[in-house]
Amino acid sequence: MAEKTISITLRVWRQDGPQAEGRFASYHAKDIPADLSFLEMLDIVNAGLEKAGADPIAFEHDCREGICGSCGAVVNGHAHGPQRATTLCQLYMRHFNDGDVITIEPFRAKAFPLIKDLVVDRSAFDRIIQAGGYISVKTGTAPDAHAQLVPKPKAEQAMDAAACIGCGACVAACPNASASLFTAAKISQLCKLPQGDPERKRRVSAMIRQMDHEGFGSCSKHYECQAACPKEIKVANIATMNREFLRTLLPGE
Amino acid sequence: MLDGKIPSGPLAEKWTRHKFEMKLVSPANKPKFTVLVVGTGLAGASAAASLSELGYKVKVFCLQDSPRRAHSIAAQGGINAAKNYPNDGDSVHRLFYDTIKGGDFRAREANVHRLAEVSQNIIDHCVAQGVPFAREYSGYLENRSFGGAQVSRTFYARGQTGQQLLLGAYGALMKEVARKNVDLYPRREMLDLIVAEGRAAGIVCRNMISGALETHLGDAVVLATGGYGNVYFLSTNAMSSNVTASWRAYKRGALLANPCFTQIHPTCIPVHGPHQSKLTLMSESLRNDGRVWVPRKKGDSRAPHAIPDAERAYFLEERYPAFGNLVPRDVASRAAKRVCDDGLGIAGGNAVYLDFRDALARCGRAVIEERYGNLFQMYEQIVGANPYETPMMIFPAVHYAMGGLWVDYNLMSNLPGLYVLGEANFSDHGANRLGASALMQGLADGYFILPYTIGDFLAGSGKANVTPEDAPARDALRDTQARLDRLVGLRGKRTVDELHRELGLLLWEHCGMARNAAGLRQALQRIPELREEFWINVNVTGSQGTFNQVLERAGRVADFIDLAELMCLDALERNESCGAHFREEHQTGDNEALRDDEHCCHVAAWAYGGPGEAPVMEKEPLTFESVHLAQRSYK
Ligand SMILES: Cc1cc2nc3c(=O)[nH]c(=O)nc-3n(C[C@H](O)[C@H](O)[C@H](O)COP(=O)(O)OP(=O)(O)OC[C@H]3O[C@@H](n4cnc5c(N)ncnc54)[C@H](O)[C@@H]3O)c2cc1C
Ligand code: FES
Repeated sequence: MAEKTISITLRVWRQDGPQAEGRFASYHAKDIPADLSFLEMLDIVNAGLEKAGADPIAFEHDCREGICGSCGAVVNGHAHGPQRATTLCQLYMRHFNDGDVITIEPFRAKAFPLIKDLVVDRSAFDRIIQAGGYISVKTGTAPDAHAQLVPKPKAEQAMDAAACIGCGACVAACPNASASLFTAAKISQLCKLPQGDPERKRRVSAMIRQMDHEGFGSCSKHYECQAACPKEIKVANIATMNREFLRTLLPGE
Repeated sequence: MLDGKIPSGPLAEKWTRHKFEMKLVSPANKPKFTVLVVGTGLAGASAAASLSELGYKVKVFCLQDSPRRAHSIAAQGGINAAKNYPNDGDSVHRLFYDTIKGGDFRAREANVHRLAEVSQNIIDHCVAQGVPFAREYSGYLENRSFGGAQVSRTFYARGQTGQQLLLGAYGALMKEVARKNVDLYPRREMLDLIVAEGRAAGIVCRNMISGALETHLGDAVVLATGGYGNVYFLSTNAMSSNVTASWRAYKRGALLANPCFTQIHPTCIPVHGPHQSKLTLMSESLRNDGRVWVPRKKGDSRAPHAIPDAERAYFLEERYPAFGNLVPRDVASRAAKRVCDDGLGIAGGNAVYLDFRDALARCGRAVIEERYGNLFQMYEQIVGANPYETPMMIFPAVHYAMGGLWVDYNLMSNLPGLYVLGEANFSDHGANRLGASALMQGLADGYFILPYTIGDFLAGSGKANVTPEDAPARDALRDTQARLDRLVGLRGKRTVDELHRELGLLLWEHCGMARNAAGLRQALQRIPELREEFWINVNVTGSQGTFNQVLERAGRVADFIDLAELMCLDALERNESCGAHFREEHQTGDNEALRDDEHCCHVAAWAYGGPGEAPVMEKEPLTFESVHLAQRSYK
């Protein structure tokens, strides 16, 4: 059975390093099987470049299953490409047409300095978590898991928020390059659970402070983040974050 | 003879007793010791966080841009623990026994018993960290079943259990980074181990952004660098999973145990073509509700729903009525291979059905969606077919390495000061790992075992006191530089991936789901040729001093080629079938794995023999005091 294949033209952002000048370069990808993933298509283009002794396109990837959050690029203007609820590694070539021109750029944000080509530095996310995105329990001190019950709806809501993979698409999609959705998802997960309650106030203040400090913009409710999120994290989490923050300002709270 | 340093006393009391007998480092002295932890998966992150909480200085390293992206993040189905919350007859002893039996009696009793003991603490700790495990309406934790067990002891967070557990451990690690007690080194690749006067005292790594080589010294080195399934090129592992850290340690004198024990997981999305870069697992948890079948008639080309039940072979249920679809992985994989070899695979190829029709009718779509929603979605994205409407197509794929660096009961390798945790060690799963036990083992090692055992070593041995100017550190740096120079000098005609693919196919054919002496010998002839081809004809573009992903891959593939050779040698030497190691010469009348307990009841630990020399095998005999060595049966 002859596989369906397509031929496409790529316009890819190439930039050797943070200080180097960037530019778009064009590549033709011929006879790409439609069953390949987007990254496998890039593998083929890169193999061609390698054979020609040229520098292959640098892009990040690891699990190729949509869970590690390594991959990501802006494809035809959409973070992770046009498919809803899909990371770049889970985007398949069957969603493109023969003859398409595909533009691929890195996630751009002041707080995500470029490293090379499509690779950016997202360590700002780690520092936001360091500010308080955890419950401070030391190993060995926990009571029996059933000592504290968690109502199922709360557990489900916590899980919805905890599904964030930290890819940075929300930042890339936001006109202000805000990290509100990322930050809110963690705050929201932990404040839904009884275990997270004691550190609630400190957590929200510290994480928001760090987010601002890293140079992310603020949220002006465009909701592009939610549209781009491969894990469908909801902007309702941002409302939760804001509510949690207001609580810290209330007297007696 | 190798000594596993198993404590004396009755099995169930060994760990408790040992914990009391080990030496302690006083709180005032702990900050004087520096521990290097390589790897931030479940094993590394949990170890680094726990050691730092205790007061040790910790430096932690990983390949990814963030520790949160370690391969553990991809684990789907769940984590075992002997909580017996469902009151269905589970106990520490049963989890211990299932794991020993599942591993086909090729693991150490004492290690496995300890694993079962601490399994309960893991769940307590993760819940306290805010891991959102699945719950019942009552607010209590929910359990599901996994292969090789007749009780429900698997805790899970939808199909993202690894992600949630890792984010818990990562949070704990970030807490310690914020306290400035852990120094974090992401985007670093460990390329050598520094051994001074027989003791592991540091590492050499490459900064993957600048290309600069760095020397880091410490009083102990912990490798938690994951498994080497990617030696087969196609596997369910993350693309960066590799053997380099372990292989470098092996070349510096650490023993590598049972390298041929690799797990082939029965439920993965079948290979679709020659450009495929990796395989995707469909979690074993799906076998709770999915039924595995093929058409009874060869060449039956009807759509699956048009084939009536009577004309379907539910081959696992028929062959193993007691465990049905939940037989262990090695058994399920071989059964799928057998029906496909017999020409019964779907469309005559390498695929069988995993069908949810009956579960959907029984529980309704909402329940199935809640249990497996993200897996169904992933399947649809990849294959372009909707598993709510048509059965999934699956086939076995390389998944997990039971083999790994040899460690004693304290998780220390034969090199003093070198500890190995998680999938990188060989310790607990024998010849076959049961589902949901890798997460358990990684977290047991990191949270609850190493923090005790490392103190005993440091209290007894003191500081390593090696400086970057000392010969062992300088030599390791020089050797690493020389190797990198050689790699970046390669300007041949073939890409790194091409050679890796070729190696993978060779290994899959001769050292995969079934092995035999003739095939292994053939592979052992071919691998040195591949090695030669690699070191002459591969093309490494770019230079060392930049972000260079080709160079990273080239270094890893070079080590995979060497590992592949050792795997085949180990598979040839192990003249029996056990667990995932199926030697066609050794099978029972009905094609099950036939062990040879008289000659093969041991761990095969390999020592590097020096350049151009054959490796040397050391044996650690396995003695069983508590269980009776039986022919495994899941009927
Ligand atoms: C798709 C999939 C699903 C799975 N599902 C389950 C499940 O449901 N239940 C279960 O129990 N098990 C499951 N497993 C197995 C389990 O996920 C792994 O065995 C386990 O997570 C390994 O953890 P680890 O901490 O040992 O290593 P990893 O998580 O693999 O971490 C390795 C770490 O080492 C670092 N590293 C590696 N080499 C170097 C180097 N040279 N220098 C510096 N750093 C290095 C990496 O950056 C990474 O941080 C699954 C595995 C796969 C592939
Ligand atoms: S590579 Fe892991 S999410 Fe895409």
